[in-house]
Amino acid sequence: MTGLVLGKIVRAMITLLITVTLVFFFIRLSGDPAAALAPPDAPPQVIEQYRRAMGLDQPLPVQYFNYVLGLVQGDFGYSIHTGRPVEEIFLARVPATLLLGLTALGIALVLGVTLGTVAALSRASVLDRFVMAFSVFAFAMPNFFFGILVILTGALVFGVFFGGTGGIANFGQVLAPAATLGLASMGSFARFTRSSLLETLNKPFMGALEARGIPPMRRLLRHAAPNAAIPIVTMLGLSLGGLVAGAVVTEQVFSWPGVGQLLIRSVQTRDIAVIQFSVIAVSFTMTLANLVVDLVYFWLDPRIRRSGNV
Amino acid sequence: MSERRAPAGGSMPWSVRLSMGFVALFVLFALFGQWLSPFDFRETSLLNRLEPPALFTGEDSPYLLGTDARGRDLLVRLAVGAQISLIVAVVGTLISAVFGSLLGLIAGARRGFAETAIMTAVDVQASLPIIIVALFVLAMFNNSFILLLIMIGFTDWEGYARLVRAATLSAKEQGYVTAQRVLGSSAARIYLRHVLPNIFNIILVKFTVSLPLTILLETALSFLGLGVQPPMTSLGQIMSEGRDRLLNAWWLTLFPGAMIFLLALSVSLIGDWLRDRLDPTLIEGRRA
Repeated sequence: MTGLVLGKIVRAMITLLITVTLVFFFIRLSGDPAAALAPPDAPPQVIEQYRRAMGLDQPLPVQYFNYVLGLVQGDFGYSIHTGRPVEEIFLARVPATLLLGLTALGIALVLGVTLGTVAALSRASVLDRFVMAFSVFAFAMPNFFFGILVILTGALVFGVFFGGTGGIANFGQVLAPAATLGLASMGSFARFTRSSLLETLNKPFMGALEARGIPPMRRLLRHAAPNAAIPIVTMLGLSLGGLVAGAVVTEQVFSWPGVGQLLIRSVQTRDIAVIQFSVIAVSFTMTLANLVVDLVYFWLDPRIRRSGNV
Repeated sequence: MSERRAPAGGSMPWSVRLSMGFVALFVLFALFGQWLSPFDFRETSLLNRLEPPALFTGEDSPYLLGTDARGRDLLVRLAVGAQISLIVAVVGTLISAVFGSLLGLIAGARRGFAETAIMTAVDVQASLPIIIVALFVLAMFNNSFILLLIMIGFTDWEGYARLVRAATLSAKEQGYVTAQRVLGSSAARIYLRHVLPNIFNIILVKFTVSLPLTILLETALSFLGLGVQPPMTSLGQIMSEGRDRLLNAWWLTLFPGAMIFLLALSVSLIGDWLRDRLDPTLIEGRRA
């Protein structure tokens, strides 16, 4: 068990190191960062000065070593445009994205699992069909289109304008973008909960419990739910990537002042230090989240805990 | 795998028939839609900016679906956009499928170092949502159509690699592989001539399941202004141009948006149906 957990942690660290290395080489591959930073009509001396200031005149292995050392020590570089440390710029955006992402995940999880449970318990009914149709709809709906529809409906029908507030002070403003962002995951959760719960309900032990006279609610909550929860945890891990990607688009549609908007703006202005930090931060978050999901998996499933094979 | 449900006549649900009809219509529109309009998709007309769709207003105007902010005909732009979006999605998904399946086959066949290396690459790819990778790459290099295709081709290779590796591992345990080995066939022959055709259904199903995701990725990137660049166009790009005029020119966003949604919906319905028919056990629970 301990060995298994350690193995997972080592794998996560290797994954991160590879990402960090790839980011380094990609930036070097894309041409001379000094020339890209300097104004287009800068004389060669100025570019040379930039190069020296950024440490680009040193051999590649030395640069790589300094880069990794800097990351470990928390020196992530400075934005070209504002001159402020990138982690400061990035962290200022994190609360908005966390609020949006966690609200979206909450909506998706609660509504998705409820819908899936209802569908499984009323199998082959109209309700079941409706839930399945909804999950296909949610999967195929582009979130930018759905966001636009939400804004349009809000403006034309309810006279409310979602998006463009430029602030996160008003909690009501988070619901529209969060519902947009959570839609796709909600569909996946509903679908997964349904199939996982159906599979569990058909297992022989459920029949045995019924024969022993255990009441239905207790059978569902105490016996079926923990077994059915395992694939849902996997789904949770898988949906994180979709949420991060969706946040970039959703923030853009609703003018939500989060990390996604920062990333798009940095790409448009080629603010390399900010992009580099964002990519590494996203990779770190995702790797950590996947690690947590794996550990929750061990905790949920005693079989894995004991035997040690996944 | 070997057990297939009998293709009973008339068992295709109406939703799948409808989806196939829509996909056929979409492809026809992408191929020949330009002929429905007398205009070129780049042709601007300052006098006819933001014309509402004649199809809805009933006015006598050559702009059946209206014009955009530069007076370009929306109908012909949608046809060209559909064409580009379709090409990017299909080619991108194909690149993913071929590349990922080959790596998965190698990982399953060779085990050892090759497997570790490939599965580590899978982990790395899985730790970064493709849209973030795409943003990074597009920021570093000049945006070109070829680069976009390659980027989108990397969308889901890790999914194929995982799936094909697992299928190869289980195929290896089956009698026919042992028989081929005893007969002295080379590894390449065993895996390419015998294992690959046997697990092809799995790849096909995965292809139809990931095609809608690729469609959504390209349109999302283009919507963000980072995908297909002008003067070329795509459905996502048309939407992003119409976004600022949501309230006074709804046709610019609603038509392309509805096309993307219906295409992704139809392809996923067909994919679900194919999955149920071809492979009831292996793919279940694999859909992200």
